[in-house]
Amino acid sequence: MGEYTATVTVRLKGGVLDPEAATTQRALERLGFELETLRSANIYEIDLSASDEDEALERAEEMALRLLANPTIHDFDVEVTE
Amino acid sequence: MTVTVLQFGGSNCDRDTVAALEHLGANAELIWYKDDIPAETSGIIVPGGFSYGDYLRAGSMAAQEPIMEQVREFAEAGEPVLGICNGAQILAEAGLVPGAFTVNESARFQCERIYVRVETTDSPFTAGFERGDVLELPIAHGEGRYEAEASLLERLDDEDRVLFRYCTAAGDVTDDANPNGSRLNIAGVLGPDRNVGVLMPHPERATLPDLGLTDGEGVLEDAFVTG
Repeated sequence: MGEYTATVTVRLKGGVLDPEAATTQRALERLGFELETLRSANIYEIDLSASDEDEALERAEEMALRLLANPTIHDFDVEVTE
Repeated sequence: MTVTVLQFGGSNCDRDTVAALEHLGANAELIWYKDDIPAETSGIIVPGGFSYGDYLRAGSMAAQEPIMEQVREFAEAGEPVLGICNGAQILAEAGLVPGAFTVNESARFQCERIYVRVETTDSPFTAGFERGDVLELPIAHGEGRYEAEASLLERLDDEDRVLFRYCTAAGDVTDDANPNGSRLNIAGVLGPDRNVGVLMPHPERATLPDLGLTDGEGVLEDAFVTG
C-alpha cells in the first residue's frame, strides 16, 4: 500500500452560467483590475492509501462521480501524486 | 394513510408542510431522517430548508442519506413523492428527477412572490388543474436555477414532464418573469414515471388562508389528500 493525494478539480461545464464568478469578476473590475473572463472551480485534496496509483485514481474518480461533482452541470479531473 | 414529511437536520419548512396538509384534511407525520418511513405512508414530501447547510451543493448531502433508498423504493412502487425547494434539490441530487438546481442567476438568495403556469395535468400534483392555470406562489431560494442539457430539455418537453414554468400574472412565459435564470423558465419537473415531482416554489406557504395566498393548495390536495 502507498500513500497518495488525489486532487479533484470540479468545474462548471462550458455553457453553464456561473453567477458567483460573474459577481467576483465585477468586483475585481471595480477594484481596477483588467481581465477578460474569470471562471471558478472547486478543488478537493484527498489523502488515501491505495495499492497503486491506478487504484487511487479510480477511487477518487468514483468519489467525484458519486458526490463531489454533479454530472449535469460539472466536469471534473483527477490528479494523483504519491 | 399518512403523508410522511421528511425531516433532515436543517429542514425548516417541515412543520409548515404538516400544517398545510392538516389544514387540507390529511394526516401528516414528521419523520426524522434516521428513522424509517412508516408502512402506512401514502405519500412522501421532502420539504424545504437548508439540509446540511447547503454544503457542497444544496441537497447533495441529504441525497446520500440511507433513508433516500426507502424514498426511492417508495417512488418505484408508483406512490407520490414531492420535493419542495430544498426537497427539489435533494430529489434532483438523488437522481429521482433529472437536471440540477443551482445558483440563481442573480447570485443572491431571493424571497418573493412569483407566478407559475401549470404545464401538464398528467401528474398527481396537477391533476386538479387545467393546463395553463396560473398560480401565485412564494419562492425563497439561492439555488433554484434549473439546469439541464439541451437534449434533456427537449426530452422533458416531448414527454410532457415539465410541471410548472415561471410566467407573468397573465400566464406568459417570458424572460422577465423568470426569477432565477432557469432554463426555459422551468420551475418544476416530473421523474420518468410521473409520480415523483419537484418544484422550487412553496405550495405549502400558499395553503393556509392566514398567509394570504392559497394557490398552492391544489398542488398538495390532489396527490396527498383526495388522491
